[in-house]
Amino acid sequence: MSLLELKNVSKIYGDLHALDNVSLKVDTGEWVAIMGPSGSGKSTMMNIIGCMDKPSKGEVLLDGVDISKESAKSLTRIRRDKIGLIFQQFHLVNYLTAVENVMVSQYYHSMPDEKEAMQALERVGLADRAKHLPSQLSGGEQQRVCIARALINYPELLLADEPTGNLDEANENIVLDIFSQLHKEGTTLVVVTHDPEVAEVAQRTITLGHGKIMKDMINENFGR
Amino acid sequence: MFFRMIRGALTRQRGKMLMIALTIALGASLATAMLNVMLDVGDKVNQELKTYGANITVVPKAASVLNNLYEVEGGETTEGAYLREDELGNIKTIFWAFNIVDFSPFIDTEVSLPGGGTATMVGTWFNHYLSLPTGETLYTGVQNLRTWWDIEEGQWLDEVADGADTCMVGAALAKANGIHAGDVIRVNGRYADANLRVVGVYDSGDDADEQIYAPMEIVQELSNTDGYLTSIEVSAITTPDNELAIKAAKDPKSLSVSQYETWYCTAYVSSICYQIQEVITDSVASPVRKVADSEGAILEKTELLMVLITILALVGSGLGISNLVTASVMERSNEIGLLKAIGAPDRSITAVVLTEIVLTGIAGAVVGYFVGFGFAQIIGHSVFGSSIEMKAMVIPLVGVLVVVVTLLGSIPAVRTLLRLDPTVVLHGR
Ligand SMILES: Nc1ncnc2c1ncn2[C@@H]1O[C@H](COP(=O)(O)OP(=O)(O)OP(=O)(O)O)[C@@H](O)[C@H]1O
Ligand SMILES: [Mg+2]
Repeated sequence: MSLLELKNVSKIYGDLHALDNVSLKVDTGEWVAIMGPSGSGKSTMMNIIGCMDKPSKGEVLLDGVDISKESAKSLTRIRRDKIGLIFQQFHLVNYLTAVENVMVSQYYHSMPDEKEAMQALERVGLADRAKHLPSQLSGGEQQRVCIARALINYPELLLADEPTGNLDEANENIVLDIFSQLHKEGTTLVVVTHDPEVAEVAQRTITLGHGKIMKDMINENFGR
Repeated sequence: MFFRMIRGALTRQRGKMLMIALTIALGASLATAMLNVMLDVGDKVNQELKTYGANITVVPKAASVLNNLYEVEGGETTEGAYLREDELGNIKTIFWAFNIVDFSPFIDTEVSLPGGGTATMVGTWFNHYLSLPTGETLYTGVQNLRTWWDIEEGQWLDEVADGADTCMVGAALAKANGIHAGDVIRVNGRYADANLRVVGVYDSGDDADEQIYAPMEIVQELSNTDGYLTSIEVSAITTPDNELAIKAAKDPKSLSVSQYETWYCTAYVSSICYQIQEVITDSVASPVRKVADSEGAILEKTELLMVLITILALVGSGLGISNLVTASVMERSNEIGLLKAIGAPDRSITAVVLTEIVLTGIAGAVVGYFVGFGFAQIIGHSVFGSSIEMKAMVIPLVGVLVVVVTLLGSIPAVRTLLRLDPTVVLHGR
């Protein structure tokens, strides 16, 4: 069944159609890359799927619930319970250590558990950096903390907006390895990217242009 | 976790938090100072009043009627209406004699000066030695009753050492006539003339600045009123009035026998006045309300001023806080947006921010309290010449005010925080 379904979704700013009548289905466990030139509506779509913004028109079904009709309060709850978010800029709380940053997400979800937070950092290979402040970590390391934080509550859907945009090749590969690991574990991934190499490793690539879906193709090389 | 976040935020934004704490400390210190002084000032003024001259004046009945009729205060007394000097000592024989701390007779007359002008010359006691029938001895006179006089030249007149042909001259009169301490001035009275040596020049800040003060007998001689007085000022320790005293003051005859006993045997100003009238023929003794009333009015105005200062100080720190907190929230918009994005409910983010501010505020308030207490002491010493007591109720009062002001001041910041859209900050737009 599909975890996510967009039905004729539009987002209109004045007379600009940032998203123009988009319909899309993403199945549970799928790994989707979203590409497209700057201004084509990728981030707009991510915000809507990520329950941070509402469409001007259309329906967005997440797990069978139409999130376009929900109140801001229940959107916050859905975001907390079902979605993990990763951004291009590695947004961390800069006065908390790596492990504390992961725990913040647990705190708002349920209960902070330092052991579990450490395990999440271990998964992204940062167990030895747990007590460091963000300013003491490299960009790649910071992004891995963000990933650990996004994963800590076992989200059904992991949304990443340009997760490798600020990373060098080595760090990019580490992040992609983590993604492929998550995919194997059954997490649904939606990754926005400019980078064809990042899109290539995904199962399916959707290309946006002027707020419309221009191309939607399955990657034949997937898994190789 | 909550506390880790607060601790982190407090240490990271040390500078800003210090500013907030300082702003609050300033407001709290002013509020503390003003409240402490205000609560203590009533007592202080009462103490002040006790050391502030006479509280009872005795005048002849005829003069009193005339003065009341024309509402003239300290106006000229009617010719021929005098008190008798030989009855003066009786004052120290009344029931409340021991409550009478000081008293002094007055006689005044017009004199002309060699320069051509005229002046009121007041005869009185300066440091008069009294040996009472009771065996008690004391020195009494204006030296005790005019404690606020500032001796600009020379010194206080000493009745024994300086003798009778001496005087003290008010600063304004001395200046106008070029009189200095040590000069000998000639004064012409209606019935006699005299050459008087000026022992001192005083600044009294009232009508006396235009007058000449001299020993009793010389003024009686100039005005041919030997053995007579125009008024007596009495300084007595009194019990504050209550209903009984007020009722009795209107008419002692309206009291029942036992009420009368109670009243007569309590040191109310009205019963002391009543007893003085009993021993001085044809006299009217009345409490001096002028000093008390004007002090009371000043007290009220001072309190109003202090309330205003307190309010302004608090409004000021409220505005300061609102700027600082809003700036702090803006600076942290990334962090707040992030917390929102990962699913933090608005109320929990608000709670973190407010807890930080209130904790900072309390720290500021504690510092402010002690600084303010210091201010209060400075005010106490410079205005009242005594320290201000630490009033316990100021602590909760300042505490509540600080929390209220801090929370009110944080409202704009909280609104900014609630309006903050995570998508805007997170995509770096
Ligand atoms: N809040 C907004 N108000 C007005 N216009 C907006 C707003 N948000 C986005 N847009 C417009 O919508 C269009 C799509 O923006 P979006 O951020 O989705 O692009 P994008 O595909 O993510 O681009 P990039 O690759 O540069 O991140 C752009 O033209 C943008 O200017
Ligand atoms: Mg974008």
